[in-house]
Amino acid sequence: MTAAAFDETRRVLEPGVTETSMTDHVSDLVLERKTPLWWWIGFGLSLCLLLLFVVSLAWLFIRGVGIWGVGWPVAWGFAIGNYVWWVGMASGGTIISALFFLTRSEWRSATNRIAESMTVFCVACAGIMPVIHLGRWWYSYWLFHYPNTMGTWPQFRSPLHWDFVAILVYVIASVLFWYIGLIPDMATLRDRATRRWQRVLYGILALGWQGSSLHWREYRSAYLVLAGLMAPLVISVHSIVGLDFAGGLVPGWHETQFPPYFVFGAVLSGFAVVLMLVIPLRRALDLGGVITPRHLDVLARLMLTTSLLIGYSYGLEIFMPFYRGEHAEITVVLSYLTGHYAPWYWAKIVLNAVIPQLLWFRAVRLNQPVLFTIAAGVVVGMWIERYVIVVASLHRNHSESSWAVFTPTFWDWATLAGSAGLFLTGFFLLLRFIPMVSMFEMRELVRKQKREGGR
Amino acid sequence: MSDTPRPYGLVAEFDRPEPMLAALQRLRAAGFRRIEVYSPEQVDGVDEILERRPSRTPLVVFAAGVVGAVGGFFLQWYGSVIGYPLNVGGRPLNSWPAFGTTTIELAILCMVLAGAAALLRACRMPLLYHPIFDAPGIERASRDRFLVCVEAGDPRFDPDRLSRLLHVHDPVRICEVPA
Repeated sequence: MTAAAFDETRRVLEPGVTETSMTDHVSDLVLERKTPLWWWIGFGLSLCLLLLFVVSLAWLFIRGVGIWGVGWPVAWGFAIGNYVWWVGMASGGTIISALFFLTRSEWRSATNRIAESMTVFCVACAGIMPVIHLGRWWYSYWLFHYPNTMGTWPQFRSPLHWDFVAILVYVIASVLFWYIGLIPDMATLRDRATRRWQRVLYGILALGWQGSSLHWREYRSAYLVLAGLMAPLVISVHSIVGLDFAGGLVPGWHETQFPPYFVFGAVLSGFAVVLMLVIPLRRALDLGGVITPRHLDVLARLMLTTSLLIGYSYGLEIFMPFYRGEHAEITVVLSYLTGHYAPWYWAKIVLNAVIPQLLWFRAVRLNQPVLFTIAAGVVVGMWIERYVIVVASLHRNHSESSWAVFTPTFWDWATLAGSAGLFLTGFFLLLRFIPMVSMFEMRELVRKQKREGGR
Repeated sequence: MSDTPRPYGLVAEFDRPEPMLAALQRLRAAGFRRIEVYSPEQVDGVDEILERRPSRTPLVVFAAGVVGAVGGFFLQWYGSVIGYPLNVGGRPLNSWPAFGTTTIELAILCMVLAGAAALLRACRMPLLYHPIFDAPGIERASRDRFLVCVEAGDPRFDPDRLSRLLHVHDPVRICEVPA
């Protein structure tokens, strides 16, 4: 490979990008550009899926959880699998926006807005799932710890309650972090808007941001603190999701490695979703100047890293039951490998641990269609992994008399597809109304590169 | 000048941060105190020249973390020991290890909320109007220009002298900000 080609994948900015041109381009995408046809098509399809979600939930609320395939012993079906999957993808977005902010990674600035926006709607989808899987969802508020006339308190020792608190905090913190990261860009849109409704809308959203040195000093300080809180928060949230399972005695769940195992999977799927969004958006929004091959390369490397981590966990998942010699657990593992859910199990191994090994090769990392396909495979693979963990473990529990097979129904699939509709609808709306690149951070990056004599 | 009402201040507009910083140095050396800079991104060095105290947000957040952790633990202890004691296999009611995760989460919740509130309070946001929004060229301070504003409340405020001082640094323009 030539030196020039190598240099091409090291740049976080293409030559010729200035603060002004970048700001104008990104804000014009929101303010001036006529809504393109692909947006309407995408938004329309998303809206159809969202409608499916609403119908599924309505039917669920009318008839109860019997419309799903859950029963005994598989009492946790799609809803919990979906929940873990969604919250996992959200985690990846937070890792990019918070952890890599703390490490001062230059490639983070162009991708963090996409990652955070994705996080907000992934968390929304995740938050709905545990509520609807409650048989009596109208009692879900019983999980809130508040003094009440019933004289009851939630069971604070239960991992399920820890999980409720974790999700609640994560939802609030993600939305706040995302919005605070938007404020200076909202001011830019306010100042550049030509139409009155835009000036009013973005003026309100900017909260009166002036960009004074006082504002910037306070802003930097608060953002750093928030990022420093988000990074451990996201790790803790998914660890607690792992403890939901590890806290029980179900063979296949009763594993010490679950918290980190879940975090690895979460981050893997998160990076995959960010890649799946960045690759098409880079072209659709003409962001090639600020989202360079370097970004794709870095995200691909991260995906490879987390794929190796999850591969290690998969190995451990097989090894530990035999090491412990627990009869019931060996039964479950053998069922994974050869039983009713074996095709699912092997699919997850191939999609999450085997295919991503292609990313060792530079040519694969820089080939966008292939990269997109691998990322999509990982997203599907991670859903399958959650499904296998939830269902395949439950269907072979300690008591052989209650062994049974879980078969998803139409409404299971409809709820899953519908939740994707909720995510996509929200994301398409954000795509239209907020800048998809953090403009002020990019301006800082451009200046920094200028000072260092790059261009 | 003298027959018009007193303005809010005087702004000088620069197209690069370097001359803006030089102008700021000069203004400080000349004894001006009520100066503010409006910029599209944070400029290193401004806070040092203006001798600003560091932000107090981290302290507020730390205090909120302590309150959240103590309060969160108390909540669980009260709920499990006083409010709804439940004997599960003779285990202690105050099973503090099991309260750890929720304590951490609630501490983080308090810290995040306090951080956001501290930011808004320190910036006096949400704010619908500020005189600086009437400054000519302020709309570019969120894009690519750097504005230095000397407020009329400064005891040494004198438009003519300021113009002479600032012109050395080659600003794009110098304007009055109406009050």
